[in-house]
Amino acid sequence: MEKRILSSDPYNVIITGVGGQGNVMASRVLGNMLSLKGLYVTIGETFGASQRGGSVMSHLRISAVSSFSPQIPKGKAHMVVSLEPIEAIRVLKDYGNWKTKTVCNTRPIHPVGVISGELGYPSLEELKKWVKELTEAAWFVDATDTAMELGNPIFGNIMLIGALAGIDVLPLDRDDFETVISEIVPPDKLELNLYAYDMGRGITLAL
Amino acid sequence: MSYIIEGQKGTRHLLMGNEAIARGALEAGISVAAGYPGTPSSEIIENLAKVSKKEQIYVEWSVNEKVAMEVAAAASFAGLRSLCVMKQNGVNVASDFLLHLAGSGTRGGMVLVPCDDPGALSSINEGESRHFARLVEIPLLEPGDFQEAKDITKWAFELSEEIRSLVMVRSVTRLSHASGNVVFGGLPKKKARPYFKHDGFILDPMEGVVISAPVDYKHGQQHEKLQKAIALFEDSPFNTYSGPENPELLIITSSASHFYSKEAIQLIGGQDRIGLLKMGTTWPIPPNLMEEHLSRTEKILIVEEVIPFLEESVKILAAELAPKIGIKTFFGKRNGFIPMVGELNPDLVVAALSRILEIDYEAVPEDYSKRAEELTLVGAPNRELTFCPGCPHRASFWSIHNVLEMDNRKGFVCGDIGCYSMAVLPCGFGTLKTLHAMGSGTGVASGFGKLTQFGMDQAVLSVCGDSTFFHATMPALVNAVHHKSNITLVILDNSGTAMTGFQPHPGLPVDAGGNDVPIVDIPSVCRAIGAKVKISDPFDLQETQETLLELLQEEGVKVLVLKQICALSPEKKGKKKYKMSVDINVCLGENCGCNRLCTRIFKCPGLVWDKEKGAARIDEVICAGCGVCASICPSGAIEKKEAA
Repeated sequence: MEKRILSSDPYNVIITGVGGQGNVMASRVLGNMLSLKGLYVTIGETFGASQRGGSVMSHLRISAVSSFSPQIPKGKAHMVVSLEPIEAIRVLKDYGNWKTKTVCNTRPIHPVGVISGELGYPSLEELKKWVKELTEAAWFVDATDTAMELGNPIFGNIMLIGALAGIDVLPLDRDDFETVISEIVPPDKLELNLYAYDMGRGITLAL
Repeated sequence: MSYIIEGQKGTRHLLMGNEAIARGALEAGISVAAGYPGTPSSEIIENLAKVSKKEQIYVEWSVNEKVAMEVAAAASFAGLRSLCVMKQNGVNVASDFLLHLAGSGTRGGMVLVPCDDPGALSSINEGESRHFARLVEIPLLEPGDFQEAKDITKWAFELSEEIRSLVMVRSVTRLSHASGNVVFGGLPKKKARPYFKHDGFILDPMEGVVISAPVDYKHGQQHEKLQKAIALFEDSPFNTYSGPENPELLIITSSASHFYSKEAIQLIGGQDRIGLLKMGTTWPIPPNLMEEHLSRTEKILIVEEVIPFLEESVKILAAELAPKIGIKTFFGKRNGFIPMVGELNPDLVVAALSRILEIDYEAVPEDYSKRAEELTLVGAPNRELTFCPGCPHRASFWSIHNVLEMDNRKGFVCGDIGCYSMAVLPCGFGTLKTLHAMGSGTGVASGFGKLTQFGMDQAVLSVCGDSTFFHATMPALVNAVHHKSNITLVILDNSGTAMTGFQPHPGLPVDAGGNDVPIVDIPSVCRAIGAKVKISDPFDLQETQETLLELLQEEGVKVLVLKQICALSPEKKGKKKYKMSVDINVCLGENCGCNRLCTRIFKCPGLVWDKEKGAARIDEVICAGCGVCASICPSGAIEKKEAA
């Protein structure tokens, strides 16, 4: 195993979102893709009660050398993949630093406090500005709306994995994606998943 | 997904800790596995159930943890290897049998895997199962990574057969629900044929009666078994040391705290100053091994979660070894270097290390954390937990809440563990007022219902789920009926053990392995016990509320079964019954006398308050199409159409 395939070792990724968005599935797909490359992957998840509309996080530790703690130390995330925009900010507060990069879905999921009018939800322009301020680089993807056109908001996950592949910070190959996703989804859904991956990848490649 | 049996010996796989434990049990050649669902333990039985036909094992979701342990024990008595699995609370439930089983001993290898939840990430307690190992005097093993989750589980069966005792392998959320790389061993081919020998000499452990008496004899035997375990632990490959020969500070740790300790040493750059002793065999601790490592240095930090279990065990040994090793200085929970409450992480261990060794550490630049905190205040509104869109519980508690208002006797609801525990929160309209163990709502209600003789006149309700009904509510209901208590039990029947991932229970026609099984009908059981029973669909708010109000006014024990399948169930997930919409011409918004009932009080995540338009709106991505909100809008602005 050559160590240089990772820009940092361990390379720390957080996938965040709201319970029910498919965080666990996304982390598993990403983890298995990197595992196929012979890398050590450790994933820590929060799920259970926190799934019920709460904020969720998966921590991925990727290393050519060994396993790491399933919790990333504070301030040590290299990459935050956010399935929901305000969750990016929440995660950056605890795990970000000036060098952190972010791939962020733009579709809001309103917390109940916002639904009830007790809390405000920032505008997308504000959110983009703040996420950019807290990161070295940020990519915004309209994943959910495009995924809805594909027939299911869950494809938003796959688009974001594609988007992460498009910015070339990790050894993510389309062939590995195909191998991993084939084991998870029924055969008739394979093409749609590959399509979503390619769309996501196309978006960040073009930016 | 049966990849836990597809991998060949020597291949490396990314496995969840629970999958690694399941694989370890398969590599040990188990024949029987039983458990009761509970986060973070459920995936062990689930994964074994998936491969049960192919691997020819019997896997069941038992009615509760005590029965699960009894079912698994039977296999052991008949000479087979068996596994039982539960979350930390479950060990409390099983503990009566556990004590007797520890005394009687086992035959075929038998392993208990409790999965604890430090920090209560998916629990309402952070209870510890490690103490049960000491309490009932059985060996305790704790995997320190994913490979060990598999390897220790497998070895635990060998240990169990070596000493003919139940062995505990304790996991935690950050191991069970985390994933890492695991190299597979082989799967055995042959399995023993079960036969229960019971007519040998009465005290013969393999052929006599299986019993924990005569106590002085059997208890004495138990201690001989523990001595054998200690001897094996002295040379165990699961206890490892890394670091300098004589470090300034020795960390002793186990379980997930091993990850955090290892990482903290790296973060602080302390590799040359700190030694790390990871214990895989944590009770009883092997004294010779401990003497060797305690002799390395004067300062010792013990890193573990929740109760200072390892800390106390090490300190007892250190006191006994003092004439040989001298007086040591300990750091840990008892002197505040490691928190007594909550789960650990690398940063908390760093904090302890930097205090002891006086090393500065800055996790993140101060200007960054200051700015990020400012932006979080304005940019990341808090996300309170809530029932899922389309969850029957929201509708059920809406009705219960409204009926209690109508009843007007300051009535209240006693509850227990399940998604419906969240009814203490605004999402359940704060309806639940006591919340304890499985089935406790009805037991507590049974007691409240007897206080009328002292002049208490509040309406007393309890709630439980369908799986909880079988688990522990039935005895409480019997108690209430027999003692003529005045209570109303509302059974929130969503056709599965929903919170933990929809596992089957005795009320359903299919078991863990997918076999057809007879249903135990909840309303029939309640009627047979002697309660008055009504059934309603919680999505029909009017009928539910009328029925409940009627029941509340009657004397005696009444049961209302609210039957509606969980929104996340495989049968229902993603299928909308209704297409919902808000007629913006009818919704009066702030000008309506309803005070925004739909989005301010009912608060289903599928309903959004559109500030700009001053009206409610359906979020198509989130809405599950249950149709309930149409019944709560006083203006009739929310419309439901049968979905195509």
